Amino acid sequence: MEETCNMQEIVKPENLVYKKSSLLLDKTFTYCPGCGHGTVTRILAELIEELGLQKQTVGVSPVGCSVLLYAFMDIDFQQAAHGRAPAVATGIKRLLPDRFVFTYQGDGDLAAIGTSETIHACNRGENILIIYINNGIYGMTGGQMAPTTIPGMKSSTSPRGRNVQTMGYPLKITDIAATLPGTYYVTRQSVHTPAAVRKTKKAMRRAMEYQSLNRGLCFIEIVSNCPSGWKMTPVESIKWMEENMLPYYPLGDLKTPAGENTNQ
Amino acid sequence: MAKIKGNIVIDTEKCKGCELCIASCPSKVIDAAKELNEKGYHYAYPAKHEQCTGCANCAIVCPDGVITVYKAKI
Repeated sequence: MEETCNMQEIVKPENLVYKKSSLLLDKTFTYCPGCGHGTVTRILAELIEELGLQKQTVGVSPVGCSVLLYAFMDIDFQQAAHGRAPAVATGIKRLLPDRFVFTYQGDGDLAAIGTSETIHACNRGENILIIYINNGIYGMTGGQMAPTTIPGMKSSTSPRGRNVQTMGYPLKITDIAATLPGTYYVTRQSVHTPAAVRKTKKAMRRAMEYQSLNRGLCFIEIVSNCPSGWKMTPVESIKWMEENMLPYYPLGDLKTPAGENTNQ
Repeated sequence: MAKIKGNIVIDTEKCKGCELCIASCPSKVIDAAKELNEKGYHYAYPAKHEQCTGCANCAIVCPDGVITVYKAKI
């Protein structure tokens, strides 16, 4: 009994360790259970709040599960046509250079239909942040094969697994972005464990702070799971991701500003 | 002797029962409920909250941000 009383006494505002960001609206996320999108949305809101950027932030989301972001966060938002978020973000940043502009895109969007916009925005060195969620399939439309589907991975349009002889190889667009002179900071992270989430938050904070320097584009890939599209439970999907996705998409910084520590 | 004790509060109606918090809790505090919430998910709840250390791992991996963490010296 005494123990129970003590436990309830801990729940006081002064003992608070972690609470959902006040930037997030009082809505239930409409992402599927266990989806990495929710975690990224949450840490993005936390960072915008911590850095005090709420009033000057403009987000751009194109088509896909990533578009749902605008409904949960209390910031300015613009939707772009499929794949065109970096182009729209370019326009916003050039007209309103004092704003913090980010795009939030999925792999089917950024690495397929939006390849040209992505590569050219990176190459022009636009002063924006691209957050790219890579789950290896088209999640919203029913788990079809995407350019990022790894060899042998099953999807609804490659039911026997991706055969590289006929379907080609996965596109590592983050590696391409790292080779372009216009990018300032390129990294690949994930949000599947508490440690990974902490690292991702650190990387995102870095990228958000770099934008005020006007040095070029920051590109963050987040390797994520899609339990619904992969037809697994969330815990299974995370295990599968660790065993199959991460060897193909190794985590870590791909390009850091010269002279800075590359260790995460 | 002062002990660090934690406690968590889960918004069970918003929980989608993905169980990622259960997998990430080092003290095995959280469990999935046998009952369903309004949305039809087996929501997570702090079954053994006296074991909680307030490390916030569960809240950090929660994709729905439904967990609030408290910690105090007792």
